Amino acid sequence: MEKLREVGRPVPRVDAFDKVTGRAMFTDDLCPKPCLEAKLVHATIGNGRVVSIDTSEALAEPGVVAVFTCFDVPDICFPVAGHPWYADSKAEKRDLADRKLLDDRVRIYGDNIAVVVGEDSVACARGVSKVKVTYEEWPVVYDAQESLAGTEHPVQERCPDNLLAHSLAVTPDEKLAEQGYDSVEAVLADPRYHHFSAHIESREQSQVHIETCVSYCYEEGGKIVCVTSTQIPHVVRRVIGQALGIPWGQVRVIKPYIGGGFGTKQDVHYEPLNAWICQQIGGRCVKLEISREELFWDTSGRQPKSFDVEASVDDDMNLRARSIVAYSNTGGYGHHGHALVLNSVNSFRWLYHGQEFATRSEAFTAYTNGPHTGAMRAYGVPEGNWAAECLMGDIAYDMGWDGVEFRLKNVYTDAFVDEFTPGGVIAAHTCAIPECVEKGKAYIEWDKKRAEYANQTGPVRHGVGVALFVYKTAVAPFALETATAALTLNQDGTVQLQMGATEIGQGADTVFSQMAAEAIGVDTEDVHIVSFQDTDVTPYDSGAYASRQTYVSGTAVKKAGLTLRRKILDYARFLYPNAQGELTLRDHHVLDALGHPVCDLKTLALEAYYNLDRADQLHAHETVNVHTNAIAGGCTFADVTVDMPLGKVTVNKIINVHDSGTLINPKLVEQQIHGGMAQGIGFGLYEEVQVDPKTGRVLNSTLLDYKIPTSMDVPDLKADFVEKPDPTGPYGNKAVGETPVISPAAAIRDAILNATGVKFYVEPMTPQRLFEGFKREGLI
Amino acid sequence: MYDIESLYEAQSVDDAARALAEDPLAVIIAGGTDVLVKLREGKGTPAHLVSIHELGGELAGVSLAEDGTVEIGPLTVFHDVTVSPIIQGTVPTLGEACDTPGGPQLRTSGTIGGNVCTAATSADSASTLFAYGALLDVRSVRGERTIPIEEWYAGPGRSHKERDEVLVKIRIPRERYEGFTGHYFKYGKRRALEITTMGCCCLVKLAADASTIEDIRLAFGVAGPTPMRALAAEDAVRGMGVAEAAEKIGELAAACTNPRDSWRASKEFRLQLIKEMSKRSLIEAARRGGARL
Amino acid sequence: MDMKILKCTVNGREVQVGYDPRESLLDTLRNRLGLTSVKRGCEVGECGACTVLVDGVATDTCLYLTDWAQGKEILTVEGLQAPDGSLDPVQQAFVDEFAVQCGFCIPGIIMSAEEMVRSGKTYTRDEIRKQLSGHLCRCTGYENIVNAVEKAIEVVHGMVGEPAEKNA
Repeated sequence: MEKLREVGRPVPRVDAFDKVTGRAMFTDDLCPKPCLEAKLVHATIGNGRVVSIDTSEALAEPGVVAVFTCFDVPDICFPVAGHPWYADSKAEKRDLADRKLLDDRVRIYGDNIAVVVGEDSVACARGVSKVKVTYEEWPVVYDAQESLAGTEHPVQERCPDNLLAHSLAVTPDEKLAEQGYDSVEAVLADPRYHHFSAHIESREQSQVHIETCVSYCYEEGGKIVCVTSTQIPHVVRRVIGQALGIPWGQVRVIKPYIGGGFGTKQDVHYEPLNAWICQQIGGRCVKLEISREELFWDTSGRQPKSFDVEASVDDDMNLRARSIVAYSNTGGYGHHGHALVLNSVNSFRWLYHGQEFATRSEAFTAYTNGPHTGAMRAYGVPEGNWAAECLMGDIAYDMGWDGVEFRLKNVYTDAFVDEFTPGGVIAAHTCAIPECVEKGKAYIEWDKKRAEYANQTGPVRHGVGVALFVYKTAVAPFALETATAALTLNQDGTVQLQMGATEIGQGADTVFSQMAAEAIGVDTEDVHIVSFQDTDVTPYDSGAYASRQTYVSGTAVKKAGLTLRRKILDYARFLYPNAQGELTLRDHHVLDALGHPVCDLKTLALEAYYNLDRADQLHAHETVNVHTNAIAGGCTFADVTVDMPLGKVTVNKIINVHDSGTLINPKLVEQQIHGGMAQGIGFGLYEEVQVDPKTGRVLNSTLLDYKIPTSMDVPDLKADFVEKPDPTGPYGNKAVGETPVISPAAAIRDAILNATGVKFYVEPMTPQRLFEGFKREGLI
Repeated sequence: MYDIESLYEAQSVDDAARALAEDPLAVIIAGGTDVLVKLREGKGTPAHLVSIHELGGELAGVSLAEDGTVEIGPLTVFHDVTVSPIIQGTVPTLGEACDTPGGPQLRTSGTIGGNVCTAATSADSASTLFAYGALLDVRSVRGERTIPIEEWYAGPGRSHKERDEVLVKIRIPRERYEGFTGHYFKYGKRRALEITTMGCCCLVKLAADASTIEDIRLAFGVAGPTPMRALAAEDAVRGMGVAEAAEKIGELAAACTNPRDSWRASKEFRLQLIKEMSKRSLIEAARRGGARL
Repeated sequence: MDMKILKCTVNGREVQVGYDPRESLLDTLRNRLGLTSVKRGCEVGECGACTVLVDGVATDTCLYLTDWAQGKEILTVEGLQAPDGSLDPVQQAFVDEFAVQCGFCIPGIIMSAEEMVRSGKTYTRDEIRKQLSGHLCRCTGYENIVNAVEKAIEVVHGMVGEPAEKNA
């Protein structure tokens, strides 16, 4: 393979300068002030329906311009998940449509039932407080299994049993018969093996991007323009069109820089309502900003889940069978549907499928009156990983085995192909897990610390722990993967790059620029990427999610880059028909077969633009349809101190080592790993949206009570990687954006187990739960 | 933007007292870190505010009176209490407590007087002021009076200071701190930006042998609806050796506190914290007083 | 309430601007002076995104009434670049150390870092973490931010070199 020049370089981020000077524009920074503002009226019951709304007092409030209620909006249900849409030929693949702009059916506490438009935020707040609502109130159900037992009023009318979906994947009978069994249960129950089981839970994590959800809309040129903080501008355009019942071309969505998304902004939350309000008030500019508190229940967090897991393992550390039954609580709305818990149980299966010959994964997604949930970084996999690793940790602990050795014996290898995915698309083309584990072990001093921490007594103890993880790259073959990149040669020999794929802080713009430069044969500094998306001019891409962009959109960039390179060289041939042999492009020059300069790129570009005989604005616009997938993986090792009487865990040292194929920019990968690790530590120890099961109300909807780690709560975070190029990635790359969040929680759990011998099954392991566990075991 | 009906920038304490007397709906705003948060929640709106924010000349700063009384202007921000050489030389545990609320920005905006006036049980300076037996001077158009901190609290978030009274000084007389060493222990679920789950301040005065507890004060935040002293626990360990007291203080303290069960922490967990933190605070306070443990 | 006039110094320039007394300094800086580096993240002093220096002190402007800014000296990220366009050492360190991701919390964090750098004091890594603990960042895990602040302090103190024990 030719040596890569731009890919693999730790080039500075293309957006860093603008961001440190305050010049990078986010949605509200662009909003013309003063403008009208809108503020939602939320239901104060958790289940029932709105009987009537009296808006007269609100309308009388000075500065209130309009009040719209659930009885005013169009009776259209629309989908909100950030996924591709499908034509009628594949209608069954479409996301479910269960949202209305405002709804008189109250499914969750705080549901959106009206909206006040005012001249400023104070007028809006006063108006909201004056809206009088009459309800018919029904009992609230928050527990998923309780909900599936049936409720008098189904949460969603079209699902009378509150079951959004059920799935089951079991090793086929013929494969079981080969081993002499007639069921997975029989393998689990075989007395020759050791049997393990556990009930495991994970709670709702919130994304907590520092920029809230904000958009503003106005009409211009007969169209609705929506400027919004989103990961998925093209999806927003489509959903606004669907929700308002207008042609999609009449909607223009602009996405500036965004202050984090982590999956929240992979849903279309309020843009359709904002656009509709704008329509109602004559196209005047109106801003809709969701407050910090509203974000906790009125956007979609990570689904709470419970898992019942089982395993049988032989004396030689070989897993023989594992089973998982998962219940997922999607809350009052479906949004991303069953896909999230499928990711949980699939990743549970994939990770340690090396030696076992029987597997069973069953999943239920239930509607309840809890807050609706959706995508969050790594999309169901951290929960499945928590379940898989709790089980592995227990087995190693109870059997007295080295946790690393046991895991390596059973982990997937480069021979792994998921037997349940048609076409064998989910496969590990490469696997660097053993090398990753070696690095992690060395950093954390695994063997030394395991020996040192054996047989501790006293109230404060130390432990080291490990967890591995697995993740797929993008969403093929389950859903459409397509992307487009557009490149134009400028007069000065530099290029413009325009993507439908979005920069959301993860560094997409920088790695796209590097990949374009690599493919064309110029420097990254010669690539000018247009960061903002504007659906009127930006090519289509489904957006930032599923760790898909570098893999899928990157494939489009490479293809467009190679096309532009070919066009440049063709034009050089036209200009210099006598140049010797095959031409190439390097160091801003076209070179002949002997390596002699034929012309510089700038000269060529000027000719291309202004040649009297054959002017040609050299450009490339390439769409790709990606049908492959690539399994990525890695591990976390953690060293902790546990102060049992105080219910406190301190993470002293932690490392993530990633097998993500080729790194397009190692410094940017390191950034992703750091941030994911901190979110993973939060997932393991701190973060939980607490819901009152009686009312469905979120109790801790502030940044004080919902605890993301501060700079004092994380130790120095060590990021490392092992590079094995993946044959399917455009430059050997595979998923990395989401993966760092997956395994820290389980590694910390394993370290606590090592320190204290206490097994925790509910994440997050908050001080309250740690206290209860140590008390239960008689340690305090 | 806040829902404020009127905002008056007071020119002096007396001016503030006058403004408060004239408008029966008016309330004081000082650092703003509590009042503005409440306004945003729609509590007390539309607000009539009398701002003393700019009265630093009159109300901020720490001084030592001739009789050794530590005098703290209520408008002194947390950070300035912490770094004050007078505080460090006389009541260092109060400085330690003032280094724990929120984050650095809150500690340069939030005032110690505000922390007392909002009367929250979780206020980080309150349990320490309780342990030091602070005297609180308030002034209104009717004149000035002193409220001992033991008589300050009327309930959760309520004090016996009248609406139109301005807290003008926090005093800690010499005999209440001299010879004491102490430790403030804030228990939060994170290490910063925390509402205290449990706060514990222990002050001890050791006998000449540096191992007997001659006097002790043990105060808590969040162990009840208001900050409080564990008086019975103090009485029980007074005269005891430090090691023995450390063993016993936890159970004794738990017996005289009454924390509540809430979604933030169970009563049982809070009692565990009271036990453990009393012990650790006592040991640390005694160590600072020269006890060898 | 009637509008009032705010007279103060913003980024080294004396300004007079009309304001509604109900405004926070965050509102006034963003909406009336166009200083959009000052970000709104929570409005209750919990995230630090709106931090600026008021008379040299890092302050959450969401909990600071504009009324109190009369006569004060205010510094935001927009006021940090040198006249020749070069970045201030803190800004440069944030670029060089890859401390920036989504960038929303960054202007506020840079202002807290400025407070540290301008204090003339030295800070341990733990002290830097404590001084930054009034800022929430969800992208970076703070790792490269702490590295950048450490580096900026070293640069300003004229002791250029590798940060001690980084990722050791």
